Amino acid sequence: MPKSLKPIILLLTLALPLAVRAEGDDETWNNVIKTQYFPGKTISETDPLIELEAPYRAEDPAIVPLKVSAKIPQTPQKYIKKIWMFVDKNPLPFIGEFEFFPQSGKADLALRVRVNTYSNIRAIAETNDGQYSMVKKFVKASGGCSAPVGADLDEAMKRQGKVKFRIDNSFKTGEPLQTQLMISHPNLTGMQMDQMTRYIRKSNFIDHISVKFNDKPVLNADIDIAISADPNFRFYFVPDRPGELSAEFSDKSCESPVKREACTPGKHYTERYAVAP
Amino acid sequence: MKILLSCLAIILCHCAWALEPLPVNPIAPGVYLHQAEQHWPDRGNHGEIANIGFIVGERCIAVIDSGGSPQQGLALRLAIKNITGKPVCYVINTHVHPDHIYGNLAFKDSGAQYVGHYKLPRAMAARGEFYINRADELLALHLTPEHIIPPGLVVKDSMTLNLGGREILLTAHGSAHTDNDLSVYDKQTDTLWLADLFFREHIPVIDGSLKGWLTELDKLENRHYHWVIPGHGKPTQDWPAALQPQKRYLQLLASQIRTLLQQGKTLEQAVAEVGQSEKPNWALFDEFHRKNVTQAYAELEWED
Repeated sequence: MPKSLKPIILLLTLALPLAVRAEGDDETWNNVIKTQYFPGKTISETDPLIELEAPYRAEDPAIVPLKVSAKIPQTPQKYIKKIWMFVDKNPLPFIGEFEFFPQSGKADLALRVRVNTYSNIRAIAETNDGQYSMVKKFVKASGGCSAPVGADLDEAMKRQGKVKFRIDNSFKTGEPLQTQLMISHPNLTGMQMDQMTRYIRKSNFIDHISVKFNDKPVLNADIDIAISADPNFRFYFVPDRPGELSAEFSDKSCESPVKREACTPGKHYTERYAVAP
Repeated sequence: MKILLSCLAIILCHCAWALEPLPVNPIAPGVYLHQAEQHWPDRGNHGEIANIGFIVGERCIAVIDSGGSPQQGLALRLAIKNITGKPVCYVINTHVHPDHIYGNLAFKDSGAQYVGHYKLPRAMAARGEFYINRADELLALHLTPEHIIPPGLVVKDSMTLNLGGREILLTAHGSAHTDNDLSVYDKQTDTLWLADLFFREHIPVIDGSLKGWLTELDKLENRHYHWVIPGHGKPTQDWPAALQPQKRYLQLLASQIRTLLQQGKTLEQAVAEVGQSEKPNWALFDEFHRKNVTQAYAELEWED
């Protein structure tokens, strides 16, 4: 092999994989996700009712902040009823199915997810009158030494079940108020090398959250292992008067990292928070 | 065409990697270091970006980190053979990151014992499959589960290994750079091999605990050492002064993030705002700084 050829071929081999994935493809969406979650539905990508913010590069694949913002307010006549989110190329693409209500005020949601590799991330909204629309963003996965697992598992285990609400101190009766729900939980993916399974065997993750204000639902979430360790959500609700915000949630363990047929329910948790001007 | 090029690439890689002994230098008697340059791990350098090396006893050798690729592990083994001819009795992995463990397989048939922090096997199990799946895409390496070799000998607090007339003291640290950091102290030359607990020139990378790391640094800077070897950057005889840039960077992250948390600022705002003044001080700042802020924020928001 002449020496002068080496750099050229090296360049080619470097450029090739980059060219292949310069843009996210919709293969998994078209072939798997759409048929599984939205059979027979028409989903519009023109003028969608939501926006999706995601970093261009997943700096830390274990904690990728995402934000969905609604372009319409939540009114009893017209509101966003559900938002689904997916990371196409994750081993289990499903991030979650989130249910909103008129008293949510705004169907906005910020959360942190795990992103395994270069992938489109998408959010699909359904309105109360049955219209579907979709937005997507391509996210470059980070290389380097990181992995989509928590950095300090023991620390996360120690404070497991600890919950915090953080609320904007801009309470105005009848106006949407932003709140943050933080749940300390390692959200174990259950993914590990087979020959070493004596360490972390099963997944163990928060699977359902239900947030209410004065016993009226504000946000319901069905979620899975794509949610980062220490699940963290920012969303809105409308305090029509002072009262109590409550979060009930549960976790579960499943035998397979990517299948959900064989699962064992875990613990239930409740957290309450007094909201006043 | 793609397949043809891939095949060509594999053949080429092999001839480009025709086995040469890894360049190493004795920084102190019997302490050999391969000092890497500061690079982002990629398909060009195959992740061979960390400082690695070995310590020579009268009876045998302790390898400290096996390298960023299987090939680099083989080159290290060849360097050891050429320089000492002695057997390798221990392969010490200072933590789970790929640039420190991917050469492990090169020593499998030498009868050496693999040594690591007691949390290293769990970290290898949790990350191994992900690392292997992405090794081709990121590093142009073809890895299988057999390349990820967990330690048979684990260190809970500390452990002394005898290499024949030479003792090395291994210390398992609390969560810092990762949750499985191990340092190696050579009594004979008063050399502390800190690996990635200590970064010079290359920006420190948080993949464990910011608070824990600062705690470990407080302990480490209480003592003088003749030589201290970082995981990335030049070894130093100027301790603890050489540690101060890293300490300042980590302290700055902690204080700025705590302030933003008190102001109710979000993770996204912290990533955009925190620590930008440190940019001129570090190589690979753009590659790692935002990740550091992300990890530190997710840790510190649970403080009170």
